[in-house]
Amino acid sequence: MDFTMALIIAESAVLLTLLSSVVPLFFLRRPYLQGRLSFLLLGISGLTACSGGGMALMLRTSEQMVLPIGLPWLHVFLRLDPLSGFFLFIVGLITFIAACYGPAYIREYIGGKLSIGPLTLFTGLFVGGMFLVLLAADAFSFMLAWELMSVASYFLVVFQHEKPENRHAAFIYLLMAVVGGAFLFLAYGVLAGFSDGFSFVAMKAAHLSPTWATIAFTFAFIGFGLKAGIVPLHVWLPLAHPVAPSHISAMMSGVMLKVAVYGFIRFVYDLLGNVTWQWGVVVLLVGSASAVLGVLYALMQHDLKRLLAYHSVENIGIIYIGLGLSMIFYATHHLEIAALALIAALYHCLNHALFKSLLFFGAGAILQQSRQHDMEKMGGLIKKMPVTAYCFLVGCISISALPPFNGFVSEWLTFQAALQGPLLKSGILGAMIPVAAAMLALTGALAAACFVKVYGIVFLGQARSPEILEAQDPSFGMQLSQILLAVCCLGFGIFPTWTVRAINGIPEGLLGTGLSSATDNGWLWLTPVNPQTASYGAPAVFFGILVCWLLVYVFLHPLRSDNRIRIAPAWDCGFGPLNSRMQYTASAFAMPIRRIFSFVWLIFEKVEPAGPGGRAHYILRIDDRLWLMLYVPIGKLMLKIAERTSYIQGGNLRVYLCYSFFTLLFLLWVIV
Amino acid sequence: MTGFLWAIAQTFCVVLAAPLMAGWVKWLKCRLQNRKGPPPWQPYRDLLRLSRKHVVLADTASPIFRMAPYIVFSVTILAVSTVPVITVQLPVAALADVIALVGFLALGRFFLSLAGMDVGTAFGGMGSSREVTIASLAEPALLMAFFTLAMNVSSTNLSTVICQLAQRDITLYPSLIFSSMGLILVAIAETGRIPIDNPATHLELTMIHEAIILEYSGRHLALMEWAAMLKLTLFSLLIVNVIVPWGVALTLVPGDLALAALIVTGKLLVWGMILAVSETIQAKMRLFRAPQYLGLAFILSLLGMMSHIILEV
Repeated sequence: MDFTMALIIAESAVLLTLLSSVVPLFFLRRPYLQGRLSFLLLGISGLTACSGGGMALMLRTSEQMVLPIGLPWLHVFLRLDPLSGFFLFIVGLITFIAACYGPAYIREYIGGKLSIGPLTLFTGLFVGGMFLVLLAADAFSFMLAWELMSVASYFLVVFQHEKPENRHAAFIYLLMAVVGGAFLFLAYGVLAGFSDGFSFVAMKAAHLSPTWATIAFTFAFIGFGLKAGIVPLHVWLPLAHPVAPSHISAMMSGVMLKVAVYGFIRFVYDLLGNVTWQWGVVVLLVGSASAVLGVLYALMQHDLKRLLAYHSVENIGIIYIGLGLSMIFYATHHLEIAALALIAALYHCLNHALFKSLLFFGAGAILQQSRQHDMEKMGGLIKKMPVTAYCFLVGCISISALPPFNGFVSEWLTFQAALQGPLLKSGILGAMIPVAAAMLALTGALAAACFVKVYGIVFLGQARSPEILEAQDPSFGMQLSQILLAVCCLGFGIFPTWTVRAINGIPEGLLGTGLSSATDNGWLWLTPVNPQTASYGAPAVFFGILVCWLLVYVFLHPLRSDNRIRIAPAWDCGFGPLNSRMQYTASAFAMPIRRIFSFVWLIFEKVEPAGPGGRAHYILRIDDRLWLMLYVPIGKLMLKIAERTSYIQGGNLRVYLCYSFFTLLFLLWVIV
Repeated sequence: MTGFLWAIAQTFCVVLAAPLMAGWVKWLKCRLQNRKGPPPWQPYRDLLRLSRKHVVLADTASPIFRMAPYIVFSVTILAVSTVPVITVQLPVAALADVIALVGFLALGRFFLSLAGMDVGTAFGGMGSSREVTIASLAEPALLMAFFTLAMNVSSTNLSTVICQLAQRDITLYPSLIFSSMGLILVAIAETGRIPIDNPATHLELTMIHEAIILEYSGRHLALMEWAAMLKLTLFSLLIVNVIVPWGVALTLVPGDLALAALIVTGKLLVWGMILAVSETIQAKMRLFRAPQYLGLAFILSLLGMMSHIILEV
């Protein structure tokens, strides 16, 4: 009985999002009220979804419901099980926090040229679409919700459409979303061909030959990968995320990518079943490539939001490494380790949602306060916006996978799964897994380097432009949402056992085995395989750092009766007065890494010497190699094909009707 | 409970002895270079002098700059506390395994590099940039070396690793040889020694660690210096106890512990000599040669892991 209640709660969350998109439209004349109302309803729906998802995750049963809407022979199937409950929890949580952040953030749009009507309308539809994707239990409603999510987010990306680069970014995004949707149609189509119906239950019962299963897997991998942003399908991400309003970027990056990961897990583990290790290898390799390339590209960015978008590619890569490991172990019947790797991937989904939203919220606060998105013009913001600065620091430490914060726990679990590689007894796989572990290690270290750069350039040092001096901490709602997320990052880092125990229901449902050993030794110890193999006592580590700090402080301070600190100009080896242009810039900071990994990017570097009375100019452009290698040729090919086939486009309506008629005839002939 | 007391006592001893290790290497190096050199206990005098001095803080510094020494020092202590020094019977080692150990060091480095950028001088940013570049190559190599060890004994718990290695018969394991070589190379880079960094230089073209702590003074500088010495001792301990694990006490019997303490001291002194000799006969590398050096360390560690999987499973 309880469980149907969870589903009903989740459905009411969907209704609330739809209300939040529609109701404010009645108050178009009063934009202030309109924004408030929309975010209020959105916040409530987020909390509702959060509680519904949490209930489903805790109760660990699965129940489905058929809604008598839709086409007569195609009812809408909804279902809530621990997997969708977990993702519903993530989406709901971030939606709620974004709703706290939103009202103050959109204040700058109110009174501007743009009406916020589209923003409130499509935010509600976007969130509602995501909820529905998670609840859908038949291919038809899944695809409908999926497209709703894609299209609504397109309108959010293009919201500030007066700038041509925003329109360009949104167009690329829409294009990729359409292609991704087409691949998903094909993937579900293959499954539907072998089953008697569109519902997931029927698809699960279908028997596919290994060839057809691999074909379906390939389509799903590309389709969901396009939305998740794996390399080389990531190109829309760094374009679309920076131009959307910041709370939308946070939700797209933190949450929408996770919905794609959910779709992939649902499709592969639940609908296809019979995972083969070859699929796992593909996922593992693509994940490793995404992780390393994502972080390397991020290092070269100096637009803060674009940098964060590239880090999403990296983190999706880390999630896919976990999934790949899990699939390999699952296919070779090491179910406990498969469960461990799956839990690691899911835990990282949660962590990434938390810290990436936190970082985007911080970037949004800076953008609102200083109208700057270029890191080279920031600096010294920790003195101007302390609350944002400390929350952002928490986000930086978490995303760099440093203990005792949450990012470390999920990477630690992934490493522990990878270290069980020798169980596999196969040369190829045995060699593959250490390489993936090495890539993950490299990714972690480079991410830390990147966030030292971000924090050092943006928040420390001296201001590099006058606008930065006028910045101050944003209003209460924006501060609150950042503090909430920072607390979550610390909480999920210090108490991993509780989280792992809660997630454990998902592998129990999908793989048939959970990872009860991980949390058998009490709340203090996380022991993924057994206590002798590895253990991590996160609360004790946190406590240890605090105690050491306190002891050192107490020990050092009584030595002198007066511990005054003298403030003086910086010494800098006695080189005379400093100014802000003498500091290291973001590009200079990343220069050694740019030289070491120079084969990854297309680097255009040029120094224009100073003319008479002028200044010298240093020009540096770093391009995505994949864009030129993959997308430009495809684009050219498409144009060529379009040119060749354009003669059938005569402009005559009757000819077009003829085309439709003969296509229909052809299809009828094929089917009957 | 006694285990925890032993662990705290052991950590305390290592923290106190760390300046001596640094002083010992420095004294030996001076002797090898025909200089008289300060006595090995000179670092204690320096630390005491620094901790008595006033702190002079740059006017552009933020609270991060003042927090960083305490955080760097604390996490280094925490990292030391997880390393078995004289005995493997430590409950602390279960709190954090080798991956967490690498994580602690990375957390310390994160704050160290932030501190370098905080004041807004050119030197600080330069030092931080170089530090994170070197670290981003050294850390994966270090993790790979540890992973090879971990796969060998199927545990990432450092106590278990050392315990099992010490109990094995002396046979040649290719994986252990490769990963040990990788570990030594990384240890030299991570502790800022020649040929990657030179702890004795203040020349702007070459310095890394010294550039970061240039603006520190008084007790903050003392903490930063002490943390660096502690890190040197930590890596020395890792090398001597992992590569030559014999002599570490497997029980908590006082007699064994005393013997183990003697043996560990001896091993550390010998490692100090090796370090001093290697620093005397080598010159510092150019910064952009460092990737090759660290790449070698990475490849060695990876080879170790491959050879474990292919030859030894």
